[in-house]
Amino acid sequence: MTEPRTLAPPERRVARVSGVERLGAYDLITALDRSGPRDPCPGQFYMLAAVDAWGGGVDERPYLPRAFSFARGRVEGDGVALGFLLEAIGPGTERLSVLAPDESLALVGPLGVGFRLPARGTRPLLVGGGIGAAPLLCWQEELGQCTVLLGFRSAAHAQAAALFAGTPRVVTDDGSVGRQALVTELLAKELDEDAHVTVYACGPPAMLEAVRALCAERDVPAQLAMESGMACGFGACFGCVVPTKDGYVRLCVDGPVLDCDLLETAL
Amino acid sequence: MTELCGVTLRGPVLNGSGTFDAIAARRAFGDALLDRFPFDAFVSKTITLEPRQGNPPPRLWEAPGGLINSIGLPNKGLDGFLASDLPELAALPVPLIVSVMGFSRDELAALVAAVGARDEVAMLELNVSCPNVETGLVMGADPAETALAVERVRPETEKPLIVKLTPNAADPAAVAVAAQEAGADAVSLVNTLKGMALDPKTGEPWLGGRTGGVSGPAIRAIALEQVAAVAGRVEIPVIGMGGIATGRHAADFVAAGASAVAVGTESFRDPAAGRRVAAELAQLSLGGARRAPASTTV
Repeated sequence: MTEPRTLAPPERRVARVSGVERLGAYDLITALDRSGPRDPCPGQFYMLAAVDAWGGGVDERPYLPRAFSFARGRVEGDGVALGFLLEAIGPGTERLSVLAPDESLALVGPLGVGFRLPARGTRPLLVGGGIGAAPLLCWQEELGQCTVLLGFRSAAHAQAAALFAGTPRVVTDDGSVGRQALVTELLAKELDEDAHVTVYACGPPAMLEAVRALCAERDVPAQLAMESGMACGFGACFGCVVPTKDGYVRLCVDGPVLDCDLLETAL
Repeated sequence: MTELCGVTLRGPVLNGSGTFDAIAARRAFGDALLDRFPFDAFVSKTITLEPRQGNPPPRLWEAPGGLINSIGLPNKGLDGFLASDLPELAALPVPLIVSVMGFSRDELAALVAAVGARDEVAMLELNVSCPNVETGLVMGADPAETALAVERVRPETEKPLIVKLTPNAADPAAVAVAAQEAGADAVSLVNTLKGMALDPKTGEPWLGGRTGGVSGPAIRAIALEQVAAVAGRVEIPVIGMGGIATGRHAADFVAAGASAVAVGTESFRDPAAGRRVAAELAQLSLGGARRAPASTTV
């Protein structure tokens, strides 16, 4: 099977911001990419930077671009409208979160390998934690109807659930939306009822590790979209390695989607 | 066209060793990378005799105007490099410079002999300056140690030998002179400056390797001074680098005495940075007289 990797043009390019949407704690930034490929694979990511005022903030940051899985990629006119879900938590995400329509967004991508199709005889089961819902959005669009389990910190974060088709099942840390529970509790129950699934998960490390352990003990195939600090996104800096059974691998070129089988731990 | 140690290059812009993995980049960008290759010669990541995993993560810290890295020279080792990496690097459209590092002079000599014997390799660069690995000895910090290393490896190859200088030396120009007298064909500088970042939550070192190397615009002024100091003391070509992000920056290094320049950290922000810097530098050269500097204190 060929790996789900759409090649990127070998240079940074500029896309025009076409939409900004506030979704509770998150921002959904949409940019019209007219010089990149129109068919990025769900799970792949882009390196993003604002063209103007990137740097010069606190501690003269941000300096490096920031990696984001795309949440939406819809062909629009002569380009593709790429949607990125982000939460302002540092100098890079803060700058990106105040992008305005018609501003310029510098991007490189799509990068890395995306999600592979479900194992034979299984149905897809999508599990997202917080901002990790992002790559599951476009994956759901490609797969069609499928079960989606989402966990968020609070009601403000849970607004991102509205982006999904159908009715994803939502739990929160504070019980403000759905039950007060961890999304992995929903996953455990699903697996107990029907383990003929391929799990696709993205979220914080502790959640991914819980997903990995649940799937490993039941021998359920699972693919994790992981995160690690990156400088470049295309294998140059060797900064984004995670430990695997095969030693360190660079998430940017060998991931960000990794098979659970490859991991001793997702922490 | 640029001539460097008798090798003809289509231009004067290289990559800094360890700042671009052409094999991984080809996986991300496909053959378009070869059609629009960003550099005029390609410098490999440093290889060592034995394979190395590199340092435990985290390996990166964004610093003011740059980056601190603690990568730890992960590589496949000499045998793995020759078997799997060299054939792929030989397919690049530009001359290949292989960077080698040994933990002893004999190890360095073995690497130089084995790599220098390969037709695919145009030149070698001796990494005597990586500050990340706990060798207990940084050869490049001391003129006499550098001279001994270069003298030991010089008979092992007739190919041009570039010595990569560390800025973490009391007198980099004295090290450059020692390298020249011991038979080096060129020097390149600067490698990263030693640096550190603390975890804001714990106050402990953030990087898995505890300390790291600072690169990017933050070090450009320091690099420019060292290039000028070295170029003023040696006859052999100087390859200048350290925070170069534009053609104007490259022109400054050329004016300071560099025969060629290298782009490093800027490639992390834009994989085509080398090509852009080369085009901007060519444009400036066409313009003739130097224009006003990009920034002044007035």
